[in-house]
Amino acid sequence: MFDVAIIGGGVIGCATAYKLSKYNLNVCVLEKENDVAMGATRANSAIIHAGYDPEPDTIMARLNVDGVKQAKELAKILNVAYKNIGSMVLAFSEEERETVKKLYERGNKNGVPGLEILEKDEILKREPNVSENVVCALWAPSASVINPWEYALAFAEVAAVNGTKFIFDFEVKDIKKTDDYYKIISDGKEINAKYIVNAAGVYSDKIHNMVAKPTFNIIASKGQYYLMDKAEGSKANCTLFQCPSSVGKGVLVSPTVHGNLIVGPDATNSDVKDKVNTTGDQLEFVRLTAAKSVPDINYRNSIRNFAGMRANTDRDDFIIEVASEHFIDLAGIKSPGLSAAPAIADEAVMLLEKEGLYLTEKDNYTLNREHIVFKELSNEKKQAVIKENNLYGRVICRCETITEGEIVDAIHSPIPAKTVDGVKRRCNAGMGRCQGGFCGPKVLEIIARELNISPLEILKDKNGSNILANKTKGEK
Amino acid sequence: MYDIIVIGGGPAGLSAACSAFENGAKNILIIERDKELGGILNQCVHNGFGLHYFKEELTGPEYAERFVKLLNETSVQVMLDTMVLDISNDKIVSCINTKDGFMQLKAKSIILAMGCRERTRGAIAIPGDRPAGVYTAGSAQKYLNIDGFMVGKRVLILGSGDIGLIMARRMTLEGAKVLACVEVMPYSGGLNRNIVQCLNDFDIPLYLSHTIIDIQGKNRVEKVIVAKVGEDRKPIKGTEMEFECDTVLLSVGLIPENELTKGAGINMDMRTSGAVVYENMETGLEGVFACGNVVHVHDLVDYVTQESARAGAAAADYVLNGEKNGEIITLKNGTGVTYTVPQKIRLTDNMKNAEIFFRVNKVFGLSKINLTSNGEKIASFKREHMAPGEMEHIILPKVLLDKAKNEILVEIDNEV
Repeated sequence: MFDVAIIGGGVIGCATAYKLSKYNLNVCVLEKENDVAMGATRANSAIIHAGYDPEPDTIMARLNVDGVKQAKELAKILNVAYKNIGSMVLAFSEEERETVKKLYERGNKNGVPGLEILEKDEILKREPNVSENVVCALWAPSASVINPWEYALAFAEVAAVNGTKFIFDFEVKDIKKTDDYYKIISDGKEINAKYIVNAAGVYSDKIHNMVAKPTFNIIASKGQYYLMDKAEGSKANCTLFQCPSSVGKGVLVSPTVHGNLIVGPDATNSDVKDKVNTTGDQLEFVRLTAAKSVPDINYRNSIRNFAGMRANTDRDDFIIEVASEHFIDLAGIKSPGLSAAPAIADEAVMLLEKEGLYLTEKDNYTLNREHIVFKELSNEKKQAVIKENNLYGRVICRCETITEGEIVDAIHSPIPAKTVDGVKRRCNAGMGRCQGGFCGPKVLEIIARELNISPLEILKDKNGSNILANKTKGEK
Repeated sequence: MYDIIVIGGGPAGLSAACSAFENGAKNILIIERDKELGGILNQCVHNGFGLHYFKEELTGPEYAERFVKLLNETSVQVMLDTMVLDISNDKIVSCINTKDGFMQLKAKSIILAMGCRERTRGAIAIPGDRPAGVYTAGSAQKYLNIDGFMVGKRVLILGSGDIGLIMARRMTLEGAKVLACVEVMPYSGGLNRNIVQCLNDFDIPLYLSHTIIDIQGKNRVEKVIVAKVGEDRKPIKGTEMEFECDTVLLSVGLIPENELTKGAGINMDMRTSGAVVYENMETGLEGVFACGNVVHVHDLVDYVTQESARAGAAAADYVLNGEKNGEIITLKNGTGVTYTVPQKIRLTDNMKNAEIFFRVNKVFGLSKINLTSNGEKIASFKREHMAPGEMEHIILPKVLLDKAKNEILVEIDNEV
C-alpha cells in the first residue's frame, strides 16, 4: 500500500515526487511509458518564463513567478543545465507597443523583477540579428533557459534515492475507490494508494473522470520546432518572443542551454493526443513567422525537427485542486507549466496535507544531485576523473564530447537509462549535429554490455522502437 | 615536440603520414579516435577501391591494409582510441584517452584529416513521426558490416549518394527488400557505375526529382509517402506514392567535420564546408595542412590518397625548410562551378604546376572549362560530359600560372 501514487512521470509528477520525498511516506510514480519525461516535458521551448504573461491574481501568475525563483536554486543543487539569459518580447508596430506596455504593467503586478521597455537602438545593440523593423521590446532579466527533461530527471533521481518507487509501463486504465484507499488498475497490474496526485498531462481529464464528474477537457495543442546547430546559436543572445496572441506565446527564437538555437512553435489543435509528428506546411509557417524576429537564420544548419503537445484546457488557469476525497488534480499545466513546476509541486504537497496526509520529515534525505559533465571540467579535473575511472577518457559522442564514463553513469543512474534516447536525455550523447549517426551504434553496444542483453532487444525510445531487425546471414 | 601531428587515421591521415615520412619528416604522430586505423574504409567491404591508385580492385579494408603496411615500415607513431578535443593556434593539440588521460602535445606542423559526417534527417527537415527505423546509410552500414546486424527488412533509400547505392545492393544481398531509391535532384548524386551495379542490376527503381514528404509510424517506421518535386524542388500535389516499409536510409550528402578547424580560428570556405587551402593543402594558419574529406568531399578514396600525399609532402617541407612565400592568386568560381580546391595558389620558384579540383553545379554535355585572369584567357580544357556527382580535375603548369595576375576565374562554357 502506497501513501501517495502520482500518476504521470513528467516534470510536474517528478517535481511532486521530489518535494514529497523528504517526508516519511511511501510514494510511487506511475508512468505509462518506459521512462520519465516522455510527453510534453521532452518537447517544449525549454524556457523558464519570467511571469508577465498570466493575468494577475491567477494561480498561474503566482506559481510562475515563484517557480522562476525556485528554478535558479534548484538548477544549482540538482546540477541541471540552466542559463539566466533574459527574454525580450519584440513589438513590430505601434499597436504591438501597446501590448508590450500591457505586459510590462501585468508583469509588475505579478511581481516580476527588473522589467524594462527597450527602444530599437538598444535592442539592436544587444541583439544585432533582430529585424530592423523592431519598434520596442519588453526586457525581462529573470527569464532563463533550462534543459527540461534533465530538470524532470533530476527531480526523479533524487526522489528515487530518497525511496520513491518509479513504476514504468503502467498505463492507468481504471481507478476504483474503496472505503479507505484507491485501487489503481493497469493491464494485469494493480496498485493501492491512499492518495492520488493526477499529473497525467494531456490525459489528466481521462484520469480525473475515473474518480470524479468531468469538470474540464484537455484540448491538446501541437507545437512544432526547429533545433539548429551551434553554428546558429549566436543568432540570439536572449529568448526572443513575438507579441502573444490568443493561441499562445507565438514563435520564439532562443539559444538553448547547450548553445544551439531553437525556433518555434506553431500551435495547431490535435485530436490524437500522442501524434507528435511534424508537417511540411507548419514547419514552413514556423520559418516564415520566425523571420519576422530574426530574418537570416540559416535552416541548412537545422539538426532536428520535433513537435510537442500542450495540455490546454477549456479553463483559463492551471487546474490545481481537490477533485475528490484524497485525489488532487494537477491538470491543464500548459505554458508556463515548466517554469511553475516546483511551485505547482509545493501546491500539491499543501493540498495533500489539507486532505489529511500526515507529513513528518525523514531523518535522512537529500535534495541534491551530483552529475559529471566531462567537457565542462577544467583540464586538471579531466585528468583527475580519468584517473579515477578511465572510461571518462574515451569519447563516444564526438559532436557533444560525451565520454563512455558518462554513458555508463546514465545506464546505472537512480532512474536507469534503458534506451538509446534514454541515454541521450541523461548525458546528451547523440544530441549534436550528427544526431547519433556515429555514436548511436556505440551507445547501443554499451547498453547491451552493461545490461547484459542482446543488441536486438535495444530500443531507440518507446516500447516497440527496436533499432535492429536481425543478425546477418553469417552471424550465429 | 613532434614534427608533425596528423589528426585522423583514415585514408587521408595514413597517406599524409606516409608521405611526410618519405619526404624527410622524422617525429610524426597519428592520433586516431577509433580502436584501429583505416577510418570509414573498415566498414566499406565492397570492392572498387584502388582502381586509379593501385590499378587493381580492392575492398575498403584491403585498401586501408596497404597503407597500414606501408606505415609499419616507417617510424610514424600511432595513438589509437584517442580523441582530440582542441587545437590551439600555436599548434598545441589537447586530447584524451583511457590510458594517458588528458594530454597536451605540441607540434611544428599539424595535418587535419578528420574526414566528414553524413547529413541527417534533421538537416533536411523531413516531416512526419519520429519512430525508430530512420538511419543514415553509413550508420546502417556500420551495423551491418562491423557489428553483424540488419537494421530492417523493407527499405526505402532517400538520396542517391554512393553510400546509399552501395547499401541498396548490400541489404538486398543480405535478404532485405529495397523498394526504391528516391532522389530530389533531376540527376543522381552518386557515381554512374554504382547506379548500374547497385540499382539496375537488382531492379531497384530510381525515382529522380522525387522526395519523401512524410514518414509515418508510431514506434518503428510503417509507411513513407514520396512525391514528385517541381523545378523549385517543392512537392507536387497529386503525385504522392505510398511505400510500406520499416526502414528509411538517408544518403543525402556528407559534411566535412571541421569543428577543430573552426576552433583553431582557421579561415573556412562556405562552399566546401572545409578550410580555405593553398595549392599545397596548407590552410590559412601557417604550418597547418588539411587533406581528404575534411577539405571537400571526394568521390573516390584514390583521390583522397593523392591529395593527402601532397599535404604530407608539403608538411615535411614546412618542417624542414620553413614557410613558403610568393605571390597569391585567388581562384574564383564562374558560371557552372560550385567550388574549387585549392581556393588560392601561391606562386613559388620551384613549383612545377598546380592541381585544381572542382565540381560543376549541373549536368553538362560537350563543353569547355575556361580559365581567365582579368579577362585574359589562360587555358581551356575540353570535356564530353560533366556532372555534379563526379569531381573534375585539371593541372595548370607554372608557365600558364605565371600569366595570371591576382586571380583566376574558372567557368564552364557549354556553347562549344
